[in-house]
Amino acid sequence: MYDLPTPSFALAQPPPAAVPAGEKLPLAAVALGLLALLAAVADADAGRARLSLYLALALVSAGALGWAWLAFGQRPAGWHPHDLWRRASTARGAVAWATGVALTGFYVVLYWFPWLLENLIRALDPFSQALRHKAADQWFLYGTFYTLAVLVMGGRGLWKYRFARYHLARTASVMFFQLGFGFLLPGLLLALQQPEYYFSYFWPLKYDYLFPGTVAQLLQGGGLGVFMVFWGVVMSLVATPILTYFFGKRWYCAWVCGCGGLAETAGDAYRHLSDKSRQAWRWEVRLIYPILGLIVLLTALLWLGASGMVPALGVVTGPLGQFYGFAIGSVFSGVIGVGFYPLMGSRVWCRFGCPMAAYLGLLQKHFSRFRISTNGGQCISCGNCSNACEMGIDVKQYAQRGESIVRAACVGCGLCATACPRGVLNLENGPREGRLAGSAFIHADSLRIL
Amino acid sequence: MHLVIIGNGIAGVSAAITARRLAPAARITLVAAESAHHYSRPALMYLYMGHLRYDDVKPYGDWFWAENRLELVHAEAVGVDTAARTVQLATGPPLAYDRLLLATGSVVRTPDWPGRQLAGVQGFIGLPDVESMARDTHGITHAVVVGGGLIGVELAEMLHSRGIRVTWLVREGRYWQSVLPPEESAMLEAHFRNYHIDLQKNTELREVLGDDQGRVRAVATTTGRELPAEWLGLATGVMPNLTLAQAAGLDTDRGILVNELLETSAPGVYAAGDCAQHRQPAPGEVAVEQLWYTGRMQGETVAHTICGAPTPYRRGEWFNSAKFFNLEYQTYGRVPAQPEAGLASFCWQHPSGKHLLRINFQEKTQAVTGVNALGLRQRQDVWEHWLGEKTPIGTVLAQLAAANFDPEFARQHEAAIRQEFGLQFPKIEVAKPRRKGLFSKL
Repeated sequence: MYDLPTPSFALAQPPPAAVPAGEKLPLAAVALGLLALLAAVADADAGRARLSLYLALALVSAGALGWAWLAFGQRPAGWHPHDLWRRASTARGAVAWATGVALTGFYVVLYWFPWLLENLIRALDPFSQALRHKAADQWFLYGTFYTLAVLVMGGRGLWKYRFARYHLARTASVMFFQLGFGFLLPGLLLALQQPEYYFSYFWPLKYDYLFPGTVAQLLQGGGLGVFMVFWGVVMSLVATPILTYFFGKRWYCAWVCGCGGLAETAGDAYRHLSDKSRQAWRWEVRLIYPILGLIVLLTALLWLGASGMVPALGVVTGPLGQFYGFAIGSVFSGVIGVGFYPLMGSRVWCRFGCPMAAYLGLLQKHFSRFRISTNGGQCISCGNCSNACEMGIDVKQYAQRGESIVRAACVGCGLCATACPRGVLNLENGPREGRLAGSAFIHADSLRIL
Repeated sequence: MHLVIIGNGIAGVSAAITARRLAPAARITLVAAESAHHYSRPALMYLYMGHLRYDDVKPYGDWFWAENRLELVHAEAVGVDTAARTVQLATGPPLAYDRLLLATGSVVRTPDWPGRQLAGVQGFIGLPDVESMARDTHGITHAVVVGGGLIGVELAEMLHSRGIRVTWLVREGRYWQSVLPPEESAMLEAHFRNYHIDLQKNTELREVLGDDQGRVRAVATTTGRELPAEWLGLATGVMPNLTLAQAAGLDTDRGILVNELLETSAPGVYAAGDCAQHRQPAPGEVAVEQLWYTGRMQGETVAHTICGAPTPYRRGEWFNSAKFFNLEYQTYGRVPAQPEAGLASFCWQHPSGKHLLRINFQEKTQAVTGVNALGLRQRQDVWEHWLGEKTPIGTVLAQLAAANFDPEFARQHEAAIRQEFGLQFPKIEVAKPRRKGLFSKL
């Protein structure tokens, strides 16, 4: 054994894995669908553009579902991420870069050059009229694409994870909340001439829901508006701590939230790309808590200004609000958050930017019954758990010490437990007593990992 | 004190980390030829299958070693002067030590089959083996694996992941016959068939046949068949790596002989992990232990002795785990492969063939003695408690949900298991059942 030279680690740059022949047909359908989408963008004839758009959505959806059916149906159901780090699409290869640029470009156009999408938006007018009794706009287009992505890729998830009931439940849950609370209900409210309100988004993620301006506007809207204000306050300040106490932050991040919903469905293939390094963890802490602080401060200042106690606060809150809306609300959550899926993983926004995740994380770490238990001394340090973690937690550092995983970042997707080949990890809610206690089977070292 | 450790596998590294905790001032040097950094050997298969990259299977980041003042020497140790207390390296000056730990691991053991040296024939134990396997199996369609243990199933799974047809030769009449009872073997064999693995039992390799380029082409079996093989994996076991110990003149047998403090025959020299052989193993325990878990425990133990707190090695309740394709296996306590007098064995299987639970217990006292679980996750500390307390089978079955470590929403089988027990052992009473999970405190 010792006479062997050091390996060249050619495996670090593996040969790209080929796409099986059978899977090429559905992937071609997806490509044709994207082509039809471009045709719809370019076509000023409303009727033809509409046809192109619906054809595009049908081709992309059918192609994606067909591909998932083949890719995850060839062998018995189970955790088989073969060639994950050998495919150009999931190992930051050319396909991943192209996808990332396309997604990022879409967000840039959507936020700052929406007139480029005018033909697409007009193509959705009949649908928008039917649902919302008003013409489509860029946000309706975005909402339609977003919901379709969650549903189609959620369908892929239901098939891929058909062996694990926890994943079936949470995937169905995010599909339900996105379709019902993130798309249909707000549209229905508009049709009924009510405020377009999202009952599944709360302050501080939907930061303006507790701004004095929004509250005043809603209160003018009568009974339903009053209920919306009540719902927003109760969910943010009462229900969130209580639910997080019992279930951890996963009740929101992996079961309800729309951003989480997209990450868990459309972003599932990119979860392993999150950076597990110590440096990334440091950036996470440096970014996410100041962002939470910023939005709390802005909200407090706005209320102070609204109370009239301090005059001329608008000089501060105006630019601050604009900065937050641009830098955090648009650039971070949209352009980087989703655009960089194929390069930095599906939870960039949730991990580094989301103030709601920061708030839930603080509650989870300090006031919750949730933990991921480690089963005795069974860990073999293989690294499958860390690899599966979309939040960039180096799970094995805890497992190999026999410690429970209690981390602010953990969204409780449960994939570390699924990926573990030795049955070492389990998501559990239980008494807080002994929550951090290590296993007696490993004499945990005191060496630091952060 | 300067502690020199030869080998950066789990035993050597566990010893280094434990010694750093116990002796903050000590100088600690890890010498290893195979890789610059410690990596997880059981994770090698995931490199081949593309699940992970090499950096992912390193248990610690590269910064860890310098920050904790663990010096790494990437070189081959070729000799030890136990009188002068120095280690000779293949390159560079000798290394002086106060304490020396040999954690040199195992080497592949293969019978001397004709054709063994042909290209495309290999064992599977370290990084170079992953490299050569990746290279030699690229684009092939037929491979043969020899040996019915854990490495054999790993090789079959790896080859299967690349769409290579696998013929698997097993000498015994059933899979892992020396360790598993018949029901477990049968369930696993059916599981392998689901993955289209051609398992040939009662079959041994007779000869490896090559082509004119010196590459393996086929294998001849003892059943008189010739099977196409563009690659041949040998998984017929490992044996302690004794090269350095023999060069140092230490007492060896199958392994490096150690007492219960893991001391070798030379003063100041210790051995731990796969390479060590206990002179007097505790009753019911084996002399050479070649597991990740025992490597870690021996490494931790020997570090205490080296750092001035002599600690005899105690294996504790046996435990092990594995994953066969998609079927997880956990075992706690002793579960012999063959029936034993005075020992009752209760076995439940789910009709789907995806779950099995076997609990052994003393016929006289009804105390549980061991458990095998396939496709069910069981909580180690709960079983450790039951086994240590000699808990009666009736109580264990009543409380069985407390040991359930399956994910949330997974179907629970405790009721069906108790029902089956009532059929197999109608005379033994089972107490009132308890809930699953952390809420069911013992």
